[in-house]
Amino acid sequence: MLRVEDLHVSVDGTSIIKGLTLTINRGEIHVIMGRNGAGKSTLANVVMGHPAYEITSGEIHFQGRPLDELAVFERARAGMFLSFQYPAVIPGVQVGTFLKKSVASVRDDPPKGRAFRKELNEAMSKLEMDKSFLSRYVNDGFSGGEKKRLEILQMLLLKPSLALLDETDSGLDIDALRIVSKGINEIAPEAGCLIITHYQRLLDHVKPHYVHAMIDGAIVKTGGPELALELEERGYDWLDAAA
Amino acid sequence: MSEEAFEAVGDYKYGFHDPENHTIRFDKGLSEQVVRDISELKNEPQWMTDIRVKAYRHFEERAMPDWGNCNLLESINFENVTYFLRSSNQTEKNWDDVPDDIKNTFDRLGIPDAEQKWLGGVTAQYESEAVYHSIREDLEEQGVIFLDMDTGLKTHPELVKKFFGTVVPHSDNKFSALNTAVWSGGSFIYVPKGISVEMPVQAYFRINAKNMGQFERTLIIADEGSTIHYVEGCTAPSYSTDSLHSAVVELVAMEGAKIRYSTVQNWSNNVYNLVTKRAVAHKNATVEWVDGNIGSKLTMKYPSVLLKGEGAHAEVISVAYAGEGQHQDAGAKVHHLAPNTTSNILSKSISKNGGRSSYRGMLQVMPKASGCRSKVVCDALILDETSRSDTYPTMEIGNSSADLEHEASVSKVSSEQLFYLMSRGFTEEAAMGLIVNGFFEPFTRELPMEYAVELNKLLELEMEGSIG
Ligand SMILES: Nc1ncnc2c1ncn2[C@@H]1O[C@H](COP(=O)(O)OP(=O)(O)OP(=O)(O)O)[C@@H](O)[C@H]1O
Ligand SMILES: [Mg+2]
Repeated sequence: MLRVEDLHVSVDGTSIIKGLTLTINRGEIHVIMGRNGAGKSTLANVVMGHPAYEITSGEIHFQGRPLDELAVFERARAGMFLSFQYPAVIPGVQVGTFLKKSVASVRDDPPKGRAFRKELNEAMSKLEMDKSFLSRYVNDGFSGGEKKRLEILQMLLLKPSLALLDETDSGLDIDALRIVSKGINEIAPEAGCLIITHYQRLLDHVKPHYVHAMIDGAIVKTGGPELALELEERGYDWLDAAA
Repeated sequence: MSEEAFEAVGDYKYGFHDPENHTIRFDKGLSEQVVRDISELKNEPQWMTDIRVKAYRHFEERAMPDWGNCNLLESINFENVTYFLRSSNQTEKNWDDVPDDIKNTFDRLGIPDAEQKWLGGVTAQYESEAVYHSIREDLEEQGVIFLDMDTGLKTHPELVKKFFGTVVPHSDNKFSALNTAVWSGGSFIYVPKGISVEMPVQAYFRINAKNMGQFERTLIIADEGSTIHYVEGCTAPSYSTDSLHSAVVELVAMEGAKIRYSTVQNWSNNVYNLVTKRAVAHKNATVEWVDGNIGSKLTMKYPSVLLKGEGAHAEVISVAYAGEGQHQDAGAKVHHLAPNTTSNILSKSISKNGGRSSYRGMLQVMPKASGCRSKVVCDALILDETSRSDTYPTMEIGNSSADLEHEASVSKVSSEQLFYLMSRGFTEEAAMGLIVNGFFEPFTRELPMEYAVELNKLLELEMEGSIG
């Protein structure tokens, strides 16, 4: 589904990702952990096509196609989804309008009218979100946790085949963490998931197949769920030698 | 109407024109004789002729405004304007009686349809005069007067004489003088005491002929405790030569009355739009200007409110969109003349493709006006490097008890907003359209739903095919 090969990325001439290789197949949940500034968000942004980052070498393939052919919106339409670490505020645009338009532009056979509202209601009640969110402006004045919930709501509605979740668990209270995990588990069987996190507590709810440790722009160790525990206990220093 | 005439010009979908049929057309150019001829043709009382002539003389002597866009103002050739054009001999009450070409045009603009669905009355002005006019019977029975201004003068001369020019005197500025000299058409409204007109009434102004000058004159009087919502729209064909639209609007809100005046100005980009709009608000009255400027080559318009009675309130919400070759010089003026009066001004502008938007505002608190409150917010959004936005706020505060707030911001669309939206499947154009609609939302939500939908579509269209 997603194949990243010996990827090198720089921004404004500074190299950030330095030879990263990663393959994600359908139905797999991958977790990336790493220090602040290691390049985790950069990886997610580059895969989604953020224009600020330059791929200096290496390749990214999605569903067998080289990604550089696809504009950002085409990647979304092809089934990629990024849950942002810091979702943007869009003043004056109501969540309801935004979701409807987004679903209409991403899904091949988007539900309309009543069918859309039904799907929306179901997804919102799954995430225990109040209807009043729909008339608020996108991320405007949202608390950290509310923003993350809105990201997951979008994910449920857009039904991606590849979900990149950048610190979606950060800033969530215990209940919200459980609820958001439910959302991830719902799409996971049919999709590839890349979860960026600092905390192993998410993994009480979501069972990853692979955990990767990222140091200075490269994956230096890959293991199973036990690696997450180890990283949380020991930190990253012991891996520096491998980088 | 021929196929060809239906062809829209460029992105501006109202740019089509009809054949120029007319029953009376004055030669281009302005003189005292032209002014007298208009008055005579309309069979006006002598006092109106006298006002016109006096205003004409003032216009002749009066200098151009030395603000706004002086270069463009100086380039107006008053001799190349048609000052009066009658395209239909009657103002009809039934759309079927309106000449075909004209009726087709208004059909295309969606006016008869809107009338059936959500309006309490409609005036459709084509060139110099109203070609169609109607008001719902129940309103008429309640004593509400809604007429085109020419008919208003004929049937209610005392009322017109009492208020005409009292809010905007002919000597206010060069263009109010011009309008007073050659005015034709516009609306005349009187709402009796205590009557609430629930459905908005609408006026639609259409220019069709080349080099046309449209000078409508509107007077709305809301008597004690009454309410009215007036909506106006305007469009014109796209021509390579200029047209001139110079209106005067006077509102009088008596004690406890409420007037809301909503405008979506969408003139083609060859129209000079130089309009004076002012209201007087008496004790505890409310006046709301909801003013959108999307089209025109140059707009200079600053809806204003004189808060004359204690406890009166003014609300001015305006948006301006300046695209290629456009200058929107718009804003608001509020004069707190009485104690405990309040005002809110919200102005939003978008500049794109070299367009220029300016906010020009005046907030005045007179020495005797104690306990006043006012909030002014100006937000500008600049979409590219070639576009421009300026703010010219003026404050004259004569009473230290005034509670004033002023906020101004200039912003750009951030790449993070665009990336976020594009990651949700929006093309760059669609993302821009959404951001721009969101930016105008505080304005759009005040409009009747039909207008809001239309405006959003319009802005989305403006964002298309222009990003590269
Ligand atoms: N657009 C940018 N411009 C300049 N520097 C950038 C940009 N994006 C990322 N960087 C830099 O690249 C490095 C990696 O950033 P990135 O956001 O990928 O880290 P991260 O691993 O997600 O960290 P965190 O855990 O704090 O979210 C940082 O030093 C950051 O400052
Ligand atoms: Mg990050």
